[in-house]
Amino acid sequence: MANLEDRQDARSARNGWLLSTPALVLLALAAVGPLFIMLVYSFLVPGKYGNVEWGFSTDGWTGILFSRDIFDDTVKLADAHLTIFWRSIKLSLLTTIFTFAVGFPTAWFIATRPPRARPFWLFLITIPFWTNLLIRTYAINEVIRIEGLMNTILLKLGLITEPLRIIYTDFAVFIGMTYVYLPLMVLPMFAAIDRFDMRLLEAGYDLYATRWQILRRIILPVVKPGIIAGSILVFVPSLGAYVTPRVLGGGKQMMISNFIELQFGQGRNWPLGAALSMLLLVVVTIALLIYVRYANRETSHG
Amino acid sequence: MANRAFSVSRLPGFTVTALAVFAILYLPILTLVAYSFNASQSVAVWGGLTLDWYGKAWANDHVKDATLRSLTIAVSASLISTTVATLAALGTTRRKPFKGQTFIYVMINQPLMVPEIVTAVALLIFFASIKIATGYQGLGYLILAHSAFCVPFAYLPIRARLEGMDFSLETAAADLYASPWQTFRHVTLPLLGPGIIAGSMLAFVISLDDVVITEFVKSGGQDTLPTYMLGQMRRQLTPEINAVSSMLLALTVALLTAFFLLTRKKTN
Repeated sequence: MANLEDRQDARSARNGWLLSTPALVLLALAAVGPLFIMLVYSFLVPGKYGNVEWGFSTDGWTGILFSRDIFDDTVKLADAHLTIFWRSIKLSLLTTIFTFAVGFPTAWFIATRPPRARPFWLFLITIPFWTNLLIRTYAINEVIRIEGLMNTILLKLGLITEPLRIIYTDFAVFIGMTYVYLPLMVLPMFAAIDRFDMRLLEAGYDLYATRWQILRRIILPVVKPGIIAGSILVFVPSLGAYVTPRVLGGGKQMMISNFIELQFGQGRNWPLGAALSMLLLVVVTIALLIYVRYANRETSHG
Repeated sequence: MANRAFSVSRLPGFTVTALAVFAILYLPILTLVAYSFNASQSVAVWGGLTLDWYGKAWANDHVKDATLRSLTIAVSASLISTTVATLAALGTTRRKPFKGQTFIYVMINQPLMVPEIVTAVALLIFFASIKIATGYQGLGYLILAHSAFCVPFAYLPIRARLEGMDFSLETAAADLYASPWQTFRHVTLPLLGPGIIAGSMLAFVISLDDVVITEFVKSGGQDTLPTYMLGQMRRQLTPEINAVSSMLLALTVALLTAFFLLTRKKTN
């Protein structure tokens, strides 16, 4: 009897694998496999006109931080690269913090609507989340560019005499990323607040807690998993953002992604581009692993 | 009861912030759409309503060409990814957890975890050598790449539908001597229908909207609508881009609304 069950289980598992095979083949071919090829390329020698030449070299990896002087062959820290990394990290952190600052009240607002109204507000947040990122970035461009809507209105109102030059600055990229990634912060926080037991607030008020104490001691600790989920969901795509810095940064305010692209264009340094991509992948994977571990701990304790 | 929780849960400034967020979220998009109807070139001047920019976009061969290519890729990628995702969903639900199932999950969801730029670069490298080796430069690469990253988007709604489905109908079919294939064809598949349609629509939208991977994978002259728009944004901007954006936006919102209605039915 047990033997028959074993055989049934084995057949079920085999069917599971068989049915999943086409998807696995597709993903191995056009998503996972190429990552390994990229790893190999990061250890090759750059070709003169792009692509690579076959020969082992760790220059792709050392090139992340150091550059070789073309005249006297001395190796020194590549300041330009560090500037780009620092900008990427700084803007991603600022975006995460600011989306939290405005996203938390928004998530709270949605979660405290009457149950019948809640799907409507949720839908309003979800629509921008699913609409084209390029179009949303372009929409921000329309608002903040020199002859854009904001400057036009401010000039007409006489609040400024000269248009504000926001576009093509770090600040423009920050505004754009905050705008496009905000729904990613609101949705997981809403999920956490939605499960929040509002009776805890009554208990808090009964014990003479102030609003600030209620927020800090009761609400924030309980919805922390949602905050962490939202923060990682915003931080990860911000760090890898390509479209927003390209459109709103105007090519000068590069972030890591644009710098990677450069290596496959004018830079003609594919190994460096491959190494940078691997590094980004590692950083993002670590962030996701921290999140998964944290989420598991939360659920097993809670 | 509800009223009481309502008042307790009020925090100062939260409602104002939230409403401001909603306004700021929609204002730029609405501005973009409004200016696609502006007779004047400049944002500074409202020159009255016109459909000229839509006419111009419609007559623009680049736009027509890119639209056709976008649709070709999105339809192909949606069909391929939905097919493999349906099979994988049938393989990974409603059976005893088996060894390697986590591996399958990780593989299927991989496109959601890896930054787009990383996949884009990896595909650029991989396809560059295939292009050199085979000489083939066609749309196949884009279709293959899109099919792959659409898999999780097609998979998740289908799996959700499968998990919420009633087992007993299939058991009943089997009891009535239906063959496994007949059961699948006449019972499972029709029940799964809304999930498959929802998954394929999501995959279609995701493919249609993709910029980064397409930008890196495409060969010369293979612009899709988003990469064409990205290229245009470097040059001087005319409301023609607004018109193209608005049309793409309308299509996306229509599909997403349909998607939500389809997936909501299940819970009711």
